[in-house]
Amino acid sequence: MKPFDYVAPTTLDEAVHALAGNPAARVLAGGTDLLAQLKGGRRETPLVVDVKRIPDLLSIRMEEGGLRLGAAVPCIRIATNPDVRAQYPALAEVASLIGGTAIQGRASIGGNLCNAAPSADAVPLLIVLSAVARVAGPGGIREIAVEDFCVAPGKNALGEGEFLVDLFLPKPAAGFKAHYLRFIPRNEMDIAVVGVGVSATVTDGQITTARLALASVAPTPLFVREVTEALVGKAPSAEAIAGAAALAEAAAKPISDMRAPAEYRRHLCGVLSRRALTAVLQ
Amino acid sequence: MKKTYVSMELNGEPVEFLAEPSQTLLECLRDTLHLTGTKEGCGDGNCGSCCVMLDGTLVTSCLVLGVEAEGRTVKTVEGMATGAKLHPLQKAFIDHAALQCGICTPGFLVAAKALLDQEPDPSEERIRLWLANNLCRCTGYDKIVRAVQAAAKEIREEKQAQ
Repeated sequence: MKPFDYVAPTTLDEAVHALAGNPAARVLAGGTDLLAQLKGGRRETPLVVDVKRIPDLLSIRMEEGGLRLGAAVPCIRIATNPDVRAQYPALAEVASLIGGTAIQGRASIGGNLCNAAPSADAVPLLIVLSAVARVAGPGGIREIAVEDFCVAPGKNALGEGEFLVDLFLPKPAAGFKAHYLRFIPRNEMDIAVVGVGVSATVTDGQITTARLALASVAPTPLFVREVTEALVGKAPSAEAIAGAAALAEAAAKPISDMRAPAEYRRHLCGVLSRRALTAVLQ
Repeated sequence: MKKTYVSMELNGEPVEFLAEPSQTLLECLRDTLHLTGTKEGCGDGNCGSCCVMLDGTLVTSCLVLGVEAEGRTVKTVEGMATGAKLHPLQKAFIDHAALQCGICTPGFLVAAKALLDQEPDPSEERIRLWLANNLCRCTGYDKIVRAVQAAAKEIREEKQAQ
């Protein structure tokens, strides 16, 4: 790696100060993306700001109204946390399918979001869980809905000097379920050819909330708002699910690459959407 | 670039060293502290041959900066044996011929120990999934899985006998 300076602030203010006026500085959480990029020469930086000594970024806590998940909490802690497993089982599951065991010891869901890969497994699920990102920077603290966080491949909505502090996940209502499904040609440790996150609430036999988001079929993780409009107010049925899956398939804008041709990806969007919606609406 | 002073606990002993911020923990272990048991394979987190325990969590030391280890606890393959007595996993790898060139072995041993320390009786599927982050390009995985199963059994029996 090319030489760089390193600081490990212990408060949000110190981190904001370290990043101020240094647009090429990089934030280090688990390092599974950043250090690989620096080692591979795909990125250079004069300054690495390690945020893992700031308590807010490493805490998982239940709050009034939901869960606050520190941006640098490694996947292994998310997957094994009792509150996460009880209240957000789909999040625990997604944390256990990003990378292998040793990568999960470092990689964070916050980093998965900030890295803004179209294929990020956690992002469709965060979108359907209605997660809100809390961001600190020179202008203070602000919030960004997760569906607005990724703006282009590898580019996020963070402004100069800003960094992700944590994610807030609203408490699931009674009857709420969420699920993430992906297709990979191997059994584990692979990049999604297509990923589908869905959530829905069924109250008294009627769908009251529904969200669907896709991975690996657009320049960013894709929130398919039409699915919400199509499902809310209906009773769960095979027809309703098939209609919503067709909307997901139509919304996808896949490309052909070494992992799959575009037509195959589009077809998978429909298949996985139908399966994932069936899982949450049954 | 100016070096940074780092103090950490390594295999139960306090150590101190100087590291450039851009040096990985793997480089610090091998080149500065001369513990060459931990191997570099791919250098980008895919192969698992550089696995160590950092504060009780399995990590690939090629994707950790040495300076991040300040105040932390690190355990490497060198910390597995007790004096001349090999850890049951080390002995089982020899007995089951679970290695050929041996480059991947320290990573497999550290990763397998991390599993058995928290799950004394994992299924074969669980062992294979847990070790999916460790690549071996010569032995094939069957002998490694058999060795882990044999070591798990021995450790359980040792515990029962106590």
